[in-house]
Amino acid sequence: MASDTTTGDERLKRVSLMARLMKRPELGAVAGLVLVTLFFLITADRVMFSLSGIINFMTPAAQLGILAIGAALLMIGGEFDLSVGSMVAFAGLIFGTAVTVLGLPLILAIPLTLVIAALVGVTNAQIVSRTGLPSFIVTLAFLFILRGLSLVGLKWATGGSTQMRGIREAVAGDPLVSLFSGDAFQGLFNWLASMGMIDRFSSGLPKVTGIPVSILWFALIAVLATWVLMRTPVGNWIFAAGGDATAAKNSGVPVAKVKMGLFMLTAGCAALVAIITVLDSGSTDARRGFQKEFEAIIAAVIGGCLLTGGYGSAIGAFFGAIIFGMVLIGLTYTQIDQDWYLVFLGGMLLIAVLFNNVIRKRVTGER
Amino acid sequence: MTTPIVDMRDIEKHYGNVIALAGVSFNVMAGECHCLLGDNGAGKSTFIKTMSGVHKASKGQMFVEGQAVDFDSPRDAMNAGIATVYQDLAMIPLMSVTRNFFMGREPTKGKGPFKRFDVARANQVTMDKMRQMGINLREPDQAVGTLSGGERQTVAIARAVHFGAKVLILDEPTSALGVRQTANVLATIDRVRKVGIGVVFITHNVRHAMAVGDRFTVLNRGKTLGTAKRGKITAEELQDLMAGGEELAELEGSLGGTI
Repeated sequence: MASDTTTGDERLKRVSLMARLMKRPELGAVAGLVLVTLFFLITADRVMFSLSGIINFMTPAAQLGILAIGAALLMIGGEFDLSVGSMVAFAGLIFGTAVTVLGLPLILAIPLTLVIAALVGVTNAQIVSRTGLPSFIVTLAFLFILRGLSLVGLKWATGGSTQMRGIREAVAGDPLVSLFSGDAFQGLFNWLASMGMIDRFSSGLPKVTGIPVSILWFALIAVLATWVLMRTPVGNWIFAAGGDATAAKNSGVPVAKVKMGLFMLTAGCAALVAIITVLDSGSTDARRGFQKEFEAIIAAVIGGCLLTGGYGSAIGAFFGAIIFGMVLIGLTYTQIDQDWYLVFLGGMLLIAVLFNNVIRKRVTGER
Repeated sequence: MTTPIVDMRDIEKHYGNVIALAGVSFNVMAGECHCLLGDNGAGKSTFIKTMSGVHKASKGQMFVEGQAVDFDSPRDAMNAGIATVYQDLAMIPLMSVTRNFFMGREPTKGKGPFKRFDVARANQVTMDKMRQMGINLREPDQAVGTLSGGERQTVAIARAVHFGAKVLILDEPTSALGVRQTANVLATIDRVRKVGIGVVFITHNVRHAMAVGDRFTVLNRGKTLGTAKRGKITAEELQDLMAGGEELAELEGSLGGTI
């Protein structure tokens, strides 16, 4: 923005760059990421920050992060979706059934999965907007409903098992597989290895064959979500809907539509994670995405989203998810007992909420 | 200046068997500030809600620039150029001034999927409009929560003016403000009036009304007690009309003329 527009008031001090940065919602997540990185640089094996180590922790971060970015946008819009974890299992069931039982090609199975997920999102949104009930309760109901449906559906589709196998075989040779599973840029990595620029086996093949596509989806969704939030009218409507729905409505913001779109988005993100993970493992089961709704919300809160809505950032959730992945995997590179992970989770959430409160007061000038 | 921008004639509003408005006539000309005074429960809120399209009148006619109109929603009224700034302001404290200013009506640039919020222009317009209203913002992405009550009023007014209001209805804009902020808002009303916008200023504070009003209409128990021009009525007379006369005179005696 042009600085010459601010000829200003002589009573006001120039706002320093530092002070401006202090007001960004993702500040907490960036600071957290720096701290966690420093911690592991000191305590963990050097391998953790090699290319293969980074990819090791970025993969779970990406899977959580896709959910967390959806959750962040919805939280900024003033609602919660506790059904995303169960949605991963449910979408996995739909997708698995579509490719194994119905034998659909991916070009049909993937849109089918996304559409059904979006319809669940619409259902959530309609119940919330028509009854005025808190989305917390409505989606809590769907947390159980979808988990139960996944169990029942899997047994029905497989003839009694809660795990469905044979998905990789069913989609073998499908041209769309490489968009949702495996590694990207393999040619580049082979070339880098042949040039000796990255670690390679004695055969000359690279130790890391490429970037997992889930990480690319994660980055793409983070960029898109940030762009929508910061640079489009819809982004303004999301902030407004979460900040004060009545005020937004009176100013002509289509609040109900915005919220419905956001519920469809969180469900769609869950379906995308389901498709990616199911294709990667070649099977799906009823426990997929277990408790991921909480981790996604925690990552969003670490990323600066207020529980009360109207404030937060997508890029913050991106960093929040990376913190998660780093700690989850990073502990295995240290001598520390891995179960400290859960302690970390709770502690981080608490610190983030306290920190966000301070930031909010700073932004609004409350005292 | 012969045709009023908004002319309300014999407006009645009934809620079941309660008569909230029993034939109120009121009009506002371009470039004037018409004060609507009345004590609590006099029917001011019902009346402005009828004017701004929130309620439909049970009886009576309404004209905008000579044309008969019948509003079904606040949006209809807004499209006809009648903007209302309510006490709660429809402002979101956590959002920046610019984002609030353009909430629901964001300027865009680009086409198709690349259509985007023109932040640079929105910031520019916000800074300019606020400066015209006498407020120098530190930065356009300053959160509305950091502004004082009077400044927030000014943002709401500037927003209504920018989006083409011909008539601005201000619902008790000074009731929650301190002395200096009240003065700022009154100065803003004066600025708005000078660009040819009709201002309907609702208040129960006679001194605030006397400071900027061109005409004064007093409502009491759902009826107009008459309209007076500036200079033809004193603050004491207005006060008495609002309270319905004698009782207040007695009270005033015991309070030593402080009301």
